[in-house]
Formats: sequence, C-alpha cells, structure tokens
Amino acid sequence: MASIEMKNIVKKYGDGFPAVNDVSLDIDEGEFMILVGPSGCGKSTLLRMIVGLEDITSGDMVIGGKRVNDKAPRERNLSMVFQNYALYPHLTVFENIAFPLRLAKVDDGEVQRRVNEAADVLELHEHLERKPANLSGGQRQRVAMGRAIVRQAEAFLFDEPLSNLDAKLRGQMRTEISRLQRRLGITTVYVTHDQTEAMTLGDRVCVLRKGKIQQVASPRELYEQPVNLFVAGFIGSPPMNFLPAQLDGSRLATPFGDIELDERRAAAVAGRDLLLVGIRPEYFEDASLVDEAKRPLGSVFTARVDVTEWLGDSQFAYIPYEAPDEIRTQLRELSKELDAEELRTQAIVSIDATSRIREGRDAEFWLDSRKVHVFDPTTGENLTRDAEAGAALTRMAAEDRIEQVQSEQGQGISAA
Amino acid sequence: MSTKEKAWWGVAGVAIVLYALFPIAWIVSLSFKAPSALNNGDFLPGTPTWENYSLILTGGASDLFLPALRNSFGICLIATAISCLLAMFAAYAIARLDFPGKKFILGTALAVAIFPVISIVTPLFNLWRNIGLYDTWPGLIIPYLSLTLPISIWTMSAFFREIPWEMEQAAQVDGATTWQAFRKVIVPLAAPGVFTTAIIAFFIAWNDFVYGISLTSTEAARPVPAALGLFSGASQFEDPTGAIAAAAVIVTIPVVVLVLLFQRRIVAGLTNGAVKG
Repeated sequence: MASIEMKNIVKKYGDGFPAVNDVSLDIDEGEFMILVGPSGCGKSTLLRMIVGLEDITSGDMVIGGKRVNDKAPRERNLSMVFQNYALYPHLTVFENIAFPLRLAKVDDGEVQRRVNEAADVLELHEHLERKPANLSGGQRQRVAMGRAIVRQAEAFLFDEPLSNLDAKLRGQMRTEISRLQRRLGITTVYVTHDQTEAMTLGDRVCVLRKGKIQQVASPRELYEQPVNLFVAGFIGSPPMNFLPAQLDGSRLATPFGDIELDERRAAAVAGRDLLLVGIRPEYFEDASLVDEAKRPLGSVFTARVDVTEWLGDSQFAYIPYEAPDEIRTQLRELSKELDAEELRTQAIVSIDATSRIREGRDAEFWLDSRKVHVFDPTTGENLTRDAEAGAALTRMAAEDRIEQVQSEQGQGISAA
Repeated sequence: MSTKEKAWWGVAGVAIVLYALFPIAWIVSLSFKAPSALNNGDFLPGTPTWENYSLILTGGASDLFLPALRNSFGICLIATAISCLLAMFAAYAIARLDFPGKKFILGTALAVAIFPVISIVTPLFNLWRNIGLYDTWPGLIIPYLSLTLPISIWTMSAFFREIPWEMEQAAQVDGATTWQAFRKVIVPLAAPGVFTTAIIAFFIAWNDFVYGISLTSTEAARPVPAALGLFSGASQFEDPTGAIAAAAVIVTIPVVVLVLLFQRRIVAGLTNGAVKG
C-alpha cells in the first residue's frame, strides 16, 4: 500500500497534442480516487501512466515515495483491472489468478493458499478449474479482480471495469468493489465516465477536461460547490440548468423571473452584466406543493411546460426558455463537450411525483434561490463558490473514510 | 434449414469432393497398375499389383527415390522451422511495435513472394556453384526460405494482430518482462496461427520443383519432385508412369497426415473468452 503523487505530469503524443496537460494530484494511502470526465479527457491515459504502460513526457510520478517514471510496469508492483478484463484464455481461472505469483516464483503451497483466499473473497471456488471462455461477464470480471488482489500490490488501478456489464450486474459489482477496497484498505485509482460510479465509490473525485484537472474534491463538494461551468454541468443527473441572467443590483433577471441574491453572492457578482445562473433540477418545485414556511426563501414564476416525465418516485418537467445567441452557442458547446447533444435551451426541473402539472399548460413553479450558483459566461468560472464550505465537505468525507476503514479492518481481524 | 435444402447441400458437397478427389483417385489407381495395363483406359486396375511400389522402394528406382525422400523431408522441415521462428519474431514486431520502415518490410515481403522463381534461378545457379552451395542442403534451404518467409510473415502478423494488446499489457503489469509476456501469453495464444503457418510453409517447400531441379545434380540434395522427373522406365520404350504415380502417392501421404494431425490446432478460436465478447 502506498500513496501516489503526480507532479506536473504531461503526456504529449507524436503530433504534439497534449492528452494530459500539467496534472498534479496527490492520492493518499488507502484512498479511493476516481478519475472522471467525458471521453477523450485523458483519464485513461493518466491511469496508464501511473501503471507504466504509457510513457510520461514530463513531470514526476512518485509511488510510495519513489520516483517511478523510468520503471517498467512490472517494477512498480501495481495491479490493474482492464476494461475488457484481459484474462488469459489458455489458462484456467486458477492459473489466471495465480499468474502474477507464478511470475514472482512463489512456491506452490503459497500459491494454492493465496489463490484460494482470493477465490473465497470473490466466491469463485466452483469455477477455479474452468476456462475464461466458459464464464459469464460478471464471473470474468471477478477473475480479473482476483488476479489483482492475489498479490500484495501497492495500489489497485481500475480502467472502466464495469462498462461491459449490464445495468443490474454493474450495481452489484459496484458495491462489491467498494466493500473490497474498504476491507483491504488499499490505495485505488478508478477511471470511469459513469457519474453514479464516480459519486458512490470515490472518497475524492478528480474531474478532467481536455487533459486538465478541473476540480479534485469529495463527491458532495463537487455537487454543492462546483468550481466552474464544466464541473457543474458534468456532475449531477439530470444535469444542472443554466439560465441567462441580467444583473440589476442584487437581483438577477432570468427567463424564470427575478432571483434575489444574498449579500455574499451579490458582492461576488457585482459589476457584471450578463451572467449564467446554475440551478439544479431539485431546487425547483411545483409551487402549489411548497411548504408555506419554505415559500419566502425562494421565488415563484409561471412557465409553460413542454413535457413531463413521471417515474413513480419522481417527476421531471421540461420548460423551454429563450436565451441570447451568445449564451445559446456557449451552452451548445458545453453540452457537446459533455457528450450530450442538447438541441434546445430548456430547463429540466424535478417536481414532486404527486404534482398534477400537465404538459402544454402554464404552471406555477417555486425556485429555491438559496443554493443557486452564478457563473461567468465567458470564462465559465463559478463566481459564487464558497471554497470554505466545500473544503469542509471534503474534510468530513476524509474523516468518514478513516473511520470506515478502521471499523472494516477491526472486523476483519476479529473475524480471523 | 429445411431437410430438402440440407439434402441439396449434401449432394452439392459430394459432387465437389468427387470432382476434387478424382485426379488423386486416378493417380492411386495408376500406381497399382502393371506397366502393360497403363494405357488400357480402365479406371480400376484390373489386377492390382505392388510392382510399382517395390520398384521405387526396393527395386531399380530406389537409388533415386529414397535419398530424394530423405532430402525432401530434411530440407523442408529445416526450412519450415527456420522460417516459422524468424517469421514469429518479425510478425510480432510488425503487429506490435511502431518502428520506421514497417510498411516497407511488409511490402518487400510481398514483392519477394510474387517475384517469379524462374527468373532468379539462373543467376542463383551460377552464384551457388561459385560459392560451393550447389547441390547441398543449405543450397536449397536458403531459396526455400525466400519462398516461405513472406507468406509466413503475412499470415502470422495477421494472427498476432488478432490477439488483444491488453493481454500483453496485463502480463506486464502482473510482473512479466517483455520476453515472458511473449512466451507465456502471446505464443500460446498464437499457437493455432503458428501451426497453420508451419503447415503452409512446409507445403510450399515440399511442392517446389524449379529450385529442386536446377540447384541439385546428385542424390546429395535432390528433393522428391525433382527426382520424379528423372525416373525412367525399364527400357527406353517403357513409360515410367506407374513408378511416378506410386511415388506421387507416397509423397502425398505426409501432407495428408500433417493436416489430419493438426486439424484441431488449425481451427482458431482459442482467443474466445479473453475479452468480453
């Protein structure tokens, strides 16, 4: 187990294109770090540089206090689970898991013991003599994990390990990976483009965009205090709504009525003209269903609903709005970058499942203005981010993690 | 597929097999005919005889045939082994590594493969005589490599390309050196490809006639196809057709045996289950 430090890591390909650009990231011992971002953001490249399958153009990669830039993958003692598992088809499950031990010339009895131990953890016992071709997707995935945990590696690296599984299995394996990581308390770097995985698994999440780190923080901080438009739009599903706004004193004029800003926010945005307001879908509500006590904390507006989606436990309404051309192109570019093709400017709002708001009619909505963020439309910077509140969230997550690891490992010892 | 359709496929298959095997059956039949019956036009030999076989194996033609058989086996096996080994490394480099001149190597290999043998055999004949390779085993093994290497490189690099890159990277992360990854993961996975290539290479060498007849003069190195051309009848008025047919049957046997032995190996599909299908 070791910490991983990256200092100003750059990866340039032959054509000079920087796939990873000046990335500095510290991953603590035993921490679960997620690398997330849209396709082509350099997350997999970064992971492959950690493990040594990709050369580092410049910068330092330090694992467990040692600079490993020039070391071959086998000298780094890391284990990796590949997206397509990369099992050895000519070997049985047992030999697949034993492969790293055989290479290390571990004696036979020890190999038996350790493979059986890994098979216990992953419930692979009845499959040990089978070949990978005869296994289901989930079983193959477990064999790949077995191969990773069988030796005492410094860290685990996962490259989108669940993207080849169907939705149900993915959920199961996700909790399985989380439990395993806590139990072994081993440093883990996990690459994904899936939000749910990023939010549920990680102690901290590193959001990448075009090879550059946007923000490294706990999932909660990312959600509540995003550093810019990109992170705000990337984290959360359905995504955050961005509305054009004109500033008038401490009041923002948006297509959905005026939003009153508190002192701190008003000071942060003062002196600007055109702004973008970011509002999460759940900050909206059907005005007729809002608690009287909460009502004065937000504003009420009327809008025509385009489409509603009722999902049983929740309900979404789509409200189209008009935006100036410059904002419109800005938003379109952002959505393209986020791998989504947003064709029209519309807000997605989450309303109570019992709401009877109907499609094609005007309806009254309530908007909680306490948590809105205001972005600079040209730079994308979040002007109203509360760095302290964000850091507090991440600190809390770190404390939770330490507590969890201790209790897991305490259990492990008492069970043994 | 309906029963009727199946029946038609069966009939068509049998027809094609019969058509393809007919010349072989004719040769086999000829090899059992007595010299006097050769030209009687019957498909089946009226009175089957082992005369032709005894002629080439123990009789007058055995001096010509047996050393040739030994030469053919030796030369072809050595040429196949060398070309497979070289092609394995070359194909691996072509499939996996990025180096300047990759296209050039593949292109050259193809050019060599399509170059007519007959046009280089005369200069080669002179060269070999001058440097003492004429009528020796190496004197045939080297030109055979030029025939077998290009096709071996092409087939094997196709096989290597099929093997997912991740296999090897996984092995490296698991602690293997490049050589270990090659030996423990790539070679076993490429085995069907290697066998297929070896068989093709062996056949090419085994079937060669032009080099065999031009670059040898005695039984020191003369291979079977060349020896067959030199068979003569008991007298100048007698046709050696029977003996040639018998020899042809004998040289066909190793080919058939090889294919039967490695049939299962040739059927690829070993990579099933390596990655998510």
